[in-house]
Amino acid sequence: MTTRLELHSISKRYPSVIANDGINLTVEAGQIHAVLGENGAGKSTLMKIIYGAVKPDSGRVLWNGKEVHIANPAVARELGIAMVFQHFSLFDTLTVAENIALGLPSGTRLDELERRIEATARQYGLELEPQRHVHTLSVGECQRVEIVRALLAKPQLLILDEPTSVLTPAAVEKLFETLRQLAAEGCSILYISHKLDEIRSLCHTCTVVRAGKNTGVCDPTQETAASLSHMMIGAAPPAITHVERAPGEKMLSVKNLCLSKSHPFAVELKDICFDLHAGEIVGLAGVSGNGQQELLAALSGEDARAAAASIMMQQTPAGRLPPGRRRAIGLGFVPEERLGRGAVPEMSLSDNVLLTLQTKQTIRHGFVRARVLVERAAQIIERFKVKASGPAALARSLSGGNLQKYIVGREVMRGPTVLVVAQPTWGVDVGAAAQIRAELVALRDAGCALLVISEELEELFEISDRMHVIAKGRVSPSIKTGDASVALIGQWMSGLWTQDASEGRHVQA
Amino acid sequence: MFKLEARPTPSSLMGALSPLLAVVLTVLCGAILFIAMGKDPLAGLAVFFVEPIKDLQGWSELGVKIAPLLLISVGLAICYRANVYNIGAEGQLVVGAISGGAAGLYLDDGSGGAGIIALVLLAGMAGGMAWAAITAFLRDRFNASEILVSLMLVYIAQLLLSYLVYGVLKDPEGFNFPQSKMLSDKLLLPILIPETRLHFGIVLAGAAAVAGWLYLSRSISGFRLQVGGMAPHAARYAGFSSRKSLWTSMLICGALAGLAGVGEVIGPLGQLTPSISPGYGFAAIIVAFVGRLHPIGVVFASFIMALFYIGGELAQSRLGMPSAITGVFQGMLLFALLACDVLIHYKLRLDLGGRK
Repeated sequence: MTTRLELHSISKRYPSVIANDGINLTVEAGQIHAVLGENGAGKSTLMKIIYGAVKPDSGRVLWNGKEVHIANPAVARELGIAMVFQHFSLFDTLTVAENIALGLPSGTRLDELERRIEATARQYGLELEPQRHVHTLSVGECQRVEIVRALLAKPQLLILDEPTSVLTPAAVEKLFETLRQLAAEGCSILYISHKLDEIRSLCHTCTVVRAGKNTGVCDPTQETAASLSHMMIGAAPPAITHVERAPGEKMLSVKNLCLSKSHPFAVELKDICFDLHAGEIVGLAGVSGNGQQELLAALSGEDARAAAASIMMQQTPAGRLPPGRRRAIGLGFVPEERLGRGAVPEMSLSDNVLLTLQTKQTIRHGFVRARVLVERAAQIIERFKVKASGPAALARSLSGGNLQKYIVGREVMRGPTVLVVAQPTWGVDVGAAAQIRAELVALRDAGCALLVISEELEELFEISDRMHVIAKGRVSPSIKTGDASVALIGQWMSGLWTQDASEGRHVQA
Repeated sequence: MFKLEARPTPSSLMGALSPLLAVVLTVLCGAILFIAMGKDPLAGLAVFFVEPIKDLQGWSELGVKIAPLLLISVGLAICYRANVYNIGAEGQLVVGAISGGAAGLYLDDGSGGAGIIALVLLAGMAGGMAWAAITAFLRDRFNASEILVSLMLVYIAQLLLSYLVYGVLKDPEGFNFPQSKMLSDKLLLPILIPETRLHFGIVLAGAAAVAGWLYLSRSISGFRLQVGGMAPHAARYAGFSSRKSLWTSMLICGALAGLAGVGEVIGPLGQLTPSISPGYGFAAIIVAFVGRLHPIGVVFASFIMALFYIGGELAQSRLGMPSAITGVFQGMLLFALLACDVLIHYKLRLDLGGRK
């Protein structure tokens, strides 16, 4: 076997932080190589160096045995390196095919490209409509576009950054088959993930990075999840204890919620019914693009077209209330997009508190009480162990996991009676994810009703008391987590559940 | 040779430095322009940057120009922060001048007084707001581009003014000149320094800048507006209404532009004429951006722009330059600023490798 890629003592320092400190990495041809590390450990910088998006301060890069200088991503692509970023680089106003055409030589025929996209997408089990505009796609669908774009180039080295978080268990298996097939054809794969089980079942070799340094190279099939996690964070993550308890009062009740499409590619919500009780976490599973976005908008008030009585917050019909009024009666909401929706990237952490906290406490006579906001931000940072320079730090300066901790913390500190959380740990490292889940569980134990919408089944099985599944704009009956299996939920995710409510629906206490 | 390299994060230093660099570049280009026209560049630049501030008279004239520029650019800064691209402040100024001027002519019985002047100023603000409201309404109701609508309304406003001063508002004893009756002295804004034209408008402009700064940096309404401009999805998530932002920012800007307009009529002009403003509404767009859309930053930018106006007038009389010189300097400043702003997101690197 030839060595596809060798990195020798790569270092990269930024003004405030050393991102990479003498990192070595060797990837053989046809090898699936995992890079494991917490957010901020330097994985992303290392990948950007390989892809030519960032220049290392020192160190050597060998490609197929020859030393190369990868000046920019175009050079990387010419060498045969493709990358699927965790944050997408897609233009909202263009279609899927047009976005992909941007990276190809000019003169590529769009209709022919659309056929190629469809063929590739089908081959790898990634459902995709080339004519759709990107702004109508969910996060999961955007990722499919990125994966297909990378595969179209028939690369020799494919870099994937957290690729499976938005796929169904079956689709993950299918992707793994694809990746194994690609590897068998000689393509090397660099696989960045925090899902230890996936790494153990898929990857041949694993390089662990902590605080910018190598902490080990191992064969993941020979390791346990615990030992890998220990290498990565230097300690074992806190475990969540599951306590069976009787659900309390009904806090949120969704009854026969129907919502027509707000744009041509939206999903119509059909006759959705579910209840949230105080002191329970209800998980909502489903493949992205099955109505989660639409349901979330209807619950948060961003889309206030629903019939007033179809969403009841205790005794208040809330279907037509704007977001601010819903917050005032106890709703909290954590959206899946952190930057640009959950937080304003160009504003400080303290100013971002004001997005969801507009009370007498923070506003007096129409003027903002900046000191209160700063204090509040400092409390959130301290209590939720957010790594930030302080309340004045801009939201965009935080890593994904830290910003998510901050946003979850901001909503938890408001003391909501109902909290709706979308993708709480999307692209968040193990340590932060465990912390966020523990906070959600603590909030449940304090008597809050939680709805967690996630595409990670593992997570839902870990924290939910009951589960629903959303598919094609409909919501399944609920099932106790203890009675559910991955196979059953996976089947429901395709929209196949028994409609007989008396049999499937959880008996309300 | 030179290469532009993307910065990992936008440079805040360059953000502040870029307007200064743009002014320096404009001065250099101005010198080249004077040489090309066969004038002594030092003498030419002295006319622009030294002559206007040589004496009290010069400073007071600067103040006369700064007043409308500052008023409008504060309003524009608020609009642009809300991502509402109001290009038609000139039209709002003209309609403010019409409504304020007409109110002044109607109320003018020679007695004057602070109460009447305040009423006239309010009439001007109302006129500017009404004109801005047309744009806001069309944007709100039909999603029409506020850029085009507000710009086209400028020409309608100017023609409306011509129609009125050639028609019903024409001075009956004015020998058929297209201008209104002169307003009585008691109705004009008080002069701050005797023997100069510096009027109370500069105080209003200063107050507007301070109020604009407080509004954007301290008030919840200003916060909502800016969230809507920076991150529309976050604004919707927070429950801030984008319609409210549109209306608030347009009406504030219309009021300030209208105030600038009526301030000219009951300030230096003293009557309605077919041309109220030498393009203050358009120059203020440049001022707003040179001032980094910051109500205090635009104070300095207004000063520079006022220098260009006075310098342009002096260059015509002293150096025999064409009247377009003011516009040329304004254009050079905008171009230089846009070029320098590239350095906020990119850095310039000298590449001596010579490969390819």
